[in-house]
Amino acid sequence: MTTILTYPFKKLPTTSKWALRFAIRPLSCSSQLRAAPAVQTKTKKTLAKPNIRNVVVVDGVRTPFLLSGTSYKDLMPHDLARAALTGLLHRTSVPKEVVDYIIFGTVIQEVKTSNVAREAALGAGFSDKTPAHTVTMACISANQAMTTGVGLIASGQCDVIVAGGVELMSDIPIRHSRKMRKLMLDLNKAKSMGQRLSLISKFRLNFLAPELPAVAEFSTSETMGHSADRLAAAFAVSRLEQDEYALRSHSLAKKAQDEGLLSDVVPFRVPGKDTVTKDNGIRPSSLEQMAKLKPAFIKPYGTVTAANSSFLTDGASAMLIMAEEKALAMGYKPKAYLRDFMYVSQDPKDQLLLGPTYATPKVLEKAGLTMNDIDAFEFHEAFSGQILANFKAMDSDWFAENYMGRKTKVGLPPLEKFNNWGGSLSLGHPFGATGCRLVMAAANRLRKEGGQYGLVAACAAGGQGHAMIVEAYPK
Amino acid sequence: MVACRAIGILSRFSAFRILRSRGYICRNFTGSSALLTRTHINYGVKGDVAVVRINSPNSKVNTLSKELHSEFTEVMNEIWASDQIRSAVLISSKPGCFIAGADINMLSACKTLQEVTQLSQEAQRILEKLEKSPKPVVAAINGSCLGGGLELAISCQYRIATKDRKTVLGVPEVLLGALPGAGGTQRLPKMVGVPAALDMMLTGRNIRADRAKKMGLVDQLVEPLGPGLKPPEERTMEYLEEVAITFAKGLADKKISPKRNKGLVEKLTAYAMTIPFVRQQVYKKVEEKVRKQTKGLYPAPLKIIDVVKTGIEQGSDAGYLSESQKFGELVMTKESKALMGLYHGQVLCKKNKFGAPQKDVKHLAILGAGLMGAGIAQVSVDKGLKTILKDATLTGLDRGQQQVFKGLNDKVKKKALTSFERDSIFSNLTGQLDYQGFEKADMVIEAVFEDLSLKHRVLKEVEAVIPDHCIFASNTSALPISEIAAVSKRPEKVIGMHYFSPVDKMQLLEIITTEKTSRDTSASAVAVGLKQGKVIIVVKDGPGFYTTRCLAPMMSEVIRILQEGVDPKKLDSLTTSFGFPVGAATLVDEVGVDVAKHVAEDLGKVFGERFGGGNPELLTQMVSKGFLGRKSGKGFYIYQEGVKRKDLNSDMDSILASLKLPPKSEVSSDEDIQFRLVTRFVNEAVMCLQEGILATPAEGDIGAVFGLGFPPCLGGPFRFVDLYGAQKIVDRLKKYEAAYGKQFTPCQLLADHANSPNKKFYQ
Repeated sequence: MTTILTYPFKKLPTTSKWALRFAIRPLSCSSQLRAAPAVQTKTKKTLAKPNIRNVVVVDGVRTPFLLSGTSYKDLMPHDLARAALTGLLHRTSVPKEVVDYIIFGTVIQEVKTSNVAREAALGAGFSDKTPAHTVTMACISANQAMTTGVGLIASGQCDVIVAGGVELMSDIPIRHSRKMRKLMLDLNKAKSMGQRLSLISKFRLNFLAPELPAVAEFSTSETMGHSADRLAAAFAVSRLEQDEYALRSHSLAKKAQDEGLLSDVVPFRVPGKDTVTKDNGIRPSSLEQMAKLKPAFIKPYGTVTAANSSFLTDGASAMLIMAEEKALAMGYKPKAYLRDFMYVSQDPKDQLLLGPTYATPKVLEKAGLTMNDIDAFEFHEAFSGQILANFKAMDSDWFAENYMGRKTKVGLPPLEKFNNWGGSLSLGHPFGATGCRLVMAAANRLRKEGGQYGLVAACAAGGQGHAMIVEAYPK
Repeated sequence: MVACRAIGILSRFSAFRILRSRGYICRNFTGSSALLTRTHINYGVKGDVAVVRINSPNSKVNTLSKELHSEFTEVMNEIWASDQIRSAVLISSKPGCFIAGADINMLSACKTLQEVTQLSQEAQRILEKLEKSPKPVVAAINGSCLGGGLELAISCQYRIATKDRKTVLGVPEVLLGALPGAGGTQRLPKMVGVPAALDMMLTGRNIRADRAKKMGLVDQLVEPLGPGLKPPEERTMEYLEEVAITFAKGLADKKISPKRNKGLVEKLTAYAMTIPFVRQQVYKKVEEKVRKQTKGLYPAPLKIIDVVKTGIEQGSDAGYLSESQKFGELVMTKESKALMGLYHGQVLCKKNKFGAPQKDVKHLAILGAGLMGAGIAQVSVDKGLKTILKDATLTGLDRGQQQVFKGLNDKVKKKALTSFERDSIFSNLTGQLDYQGFEKADMVIEAVFEDLSLKHRVLKEVEAVIPDHCIFASNTSALPISEIAAVSKRPEKVIGMHYFSPVDKMQLLEIITTEKTSRDTSASAVAVGLKQGKVIIVVKDGPGFYTTRCLAPMMSEVIRILQEGVDPKKLDSLTTSFGFPVGAATLVDEVGVDVAKHVAEDLGKVFGERFGGGNPELLTQMVSKGFLGRKSGKGFYIYQEGVKRKDLNSDMDSILASLKLPPKSEVSSDEDIQFRLVTRFVNEAVMCLQEGILATPAEGDIGAVFGLGFPPCLGGPFRFVDLYGAQKIVDRLKKYEAAYGKQFTPCQLLADHANSPNKKFYQ
């Protein structure tokens, strides 16, 4: 408490400097813009565009992703987000006062900390003069946080952004029913004892039935797992194919974990508990074991099971994004450029999870790339069936012609370049935090495996989707 | 308790809720010559499962015809004989239809009771064999599964249905004056319990798949799929087949039990029904209810109860026998012929005889947000038409928009829509006070007050703002369209669209064309009406068109009868017991006394003495006292919010007394009173055909039944003449003519029919 109180005083001098900098921003901006295209081109063509600032990822981190209800279960979302932020500060040693703006994504909001970005930033020791806001766009909330940051940098409004995301599924806001809430609010306004008594007399036992946060699409009342099962059936994806894909995800994640490739993970010392150092949802099983599971949504004959779906996860991620010249001026060696991105949306009933299929060709066209130019694919794995249905859709001329208005199919991403270090199925999927994990996985894979371009794509509730090109920063 | 439930369910039954089922469609005889190859059914074997596909040739729907029966028997025999096959799946090749029911033409073609009974018995035999099949058969249902189709499905060992809006199950035979004649009366009670089965059979209602699952009518549901590597419908059918095959295998391997776990309520109901005393009470209550509602005019419901009772009390053999015999008897009744005739007429009136319009109407504008205007808006936005609702005042507009919202919200309450769909539908509606956006309208329907000069004013205003192709339709019940069109710059684009109140409930739309109305304008109006879900008759312009013109002389007679001292309650009961859904006095209150007065005066001027009878002064006095009917709270009856019971308006006594006429005893028996009303109606209808206002008798029947509530059991005025006999009607008319004069003079066409008994409106 006292730290928070004394905070402003300590930071006062910097604040005045800040004010100065903002004042001269318009001038510096234009010169930076002109300078931008001059920056490096060594290997293939780069996606730098004239008159637009290059945006780079300096680095990104995440807390270990845990099955909900395990070690993080007593925390609040901003605790997790704070852990990611302090991890980022530690990893990058960025001076806190340099950060212009903080953006976090989250899906199920804790009511007390609805602007979780701000609460976490304050707790993590950022300047209270650094504004922060929270965005929500279902499973692509962190992607939205990042691209909002890209927009702020590219338009010259900011130079240094922290973007991230957080989700704590161990605790969700369960509300009183609408009737009960109404009664309680009316009681608050009641003036006399008589009014109060007459209100209380209206109370019925069923008012106490709680209201859970929606697990279903609001527009269609269908749960996502149910929709995924129908999607898999529409594309004739078999149970075995789904189990095989899930097994691949878990095996690759295990390998990556064992080989220490998941370098974006920072340890988190959970208050009152042991330090958590790695993801705990990676559990390669056998096809026989997986075949025993009963369908989770469409009973008794569906194909989506607990084993081939992503699980409820707690976790947070954060990423330092800068204008390239700012990063260089500060002596950083950035990991990647954030290039073109694209949001799409389609029918939330029958095409809920087909976002990647729609977004991929559009972002490639926008960037002037083809599938062959991509060296690392990082797709969000909501369900095995969803990934495989997207594959089949991308590989279908019929679908491309009839639903995407294209003459030819999108084309299949080669599996050897696809989610090589595991995915949401195995690493976990804290809704609001996954986007940053995808980008960091793509960036780290490009550095490790070589290659210039990575493609990140994800689907989200509401029938929305996102894709972004990540370009490796020349070594 | 069981009785309560049965009664509760039955309370929704009403004789007038007729023929809503769209799936029960007849098929023209194709007279297939290819007897060697199968044309209706084929089957393939997948592993050890036979997949039997039903596909009636040259038709949108599958119907149970003689050919289909015989091919089905052949195929099943092969399946039973084959060692390779261990189970079977029964599926349709048509995405929107499993089996829509028996071929109505096949039934109509039967000349004798024995023939019909025999048809029923053959079907019973086939289905009994199917029920006892040693190899499990799974019915995979997508689309309508009605009548014989459902009877076939419930003879199978297992049923899987798609949870699609198009998938409906039901036994609508009662709506055609028949009963489920292929074992349905025996199997349904066993499957879903007696109360639910009786409800299904007596109302003929369509049951959606999810409800059917809860009732135990189907065992599994399959969700319809979205687009994948094939069109959604195609892939959904494939998926349904795949799922059905796994269940067929499971049943053959005894891994899946066809038995269903019943819920507690169901178990209790089933237990209660084992007690003879409870059963008797249930039958009694249901019979009472049916008698009260059908007033003895419809024989089918009572026979259905009787057959069900026979099956339960005397065993299935007696039940099946009784079913086939009663089926034969019912199909031969006049009521059944009348109802089947209406069914055919309805199919006819669901087609656009003008062909497809050049331009689809996408933007609609409605003038006047009153009861009618808002009603039209509701049925339009519902179907995705972008609709502007314009009124002159904000209060009027508010009321109209509220009405549309309430109409949609009621559907949400009944779970026919989700609140999300409601909002998205409601967003198609724009309420406004000006003509903004009319430049995009493809059609304008005016529903302003019935006043010629007002209609002229809005027509001129609207023509100044609408594009050239836009159609101007007038919703009027009596003003001649040509008079409205007289001030139009483009009379070829002017047409009449007469909706009936309440628009969202009444199925009829009367479209009125003038000499100048172009064919494309008519095509467009019919297309819009069909989109709004209406049954459409197209008539020529003239005073009162068809419907109002038929009603006017009958209303005039109503007034005379009241003047002669018949109590309104008595008159109501006389008319309802003749088969009218609403009593004659109540009808005046519902329509509105002022409207009735308007119509009586207007048409009285044109048609003169022939439309006379009652003294219009009665209506004038009522209007002057503010007795406008239901809308003003007082008419012949007193209406109060929340009060169901209707009391006579005692203030009417003085008015009636002042206009009292002496009754003529020779034509004042109960039956004579009924016939005085009906014959005037029928005579005027036939005259409309004679004068060319009506194009076909079928449209006349549909208009009378669906728009005016002419007794459905009589099949409409023309069917009534055919079935009752033109001679007898003419005799009646002559008798009344002798008492009252010209108003009852039979028209020429009716006289012609009386003179040559072979002449029929329906050949």
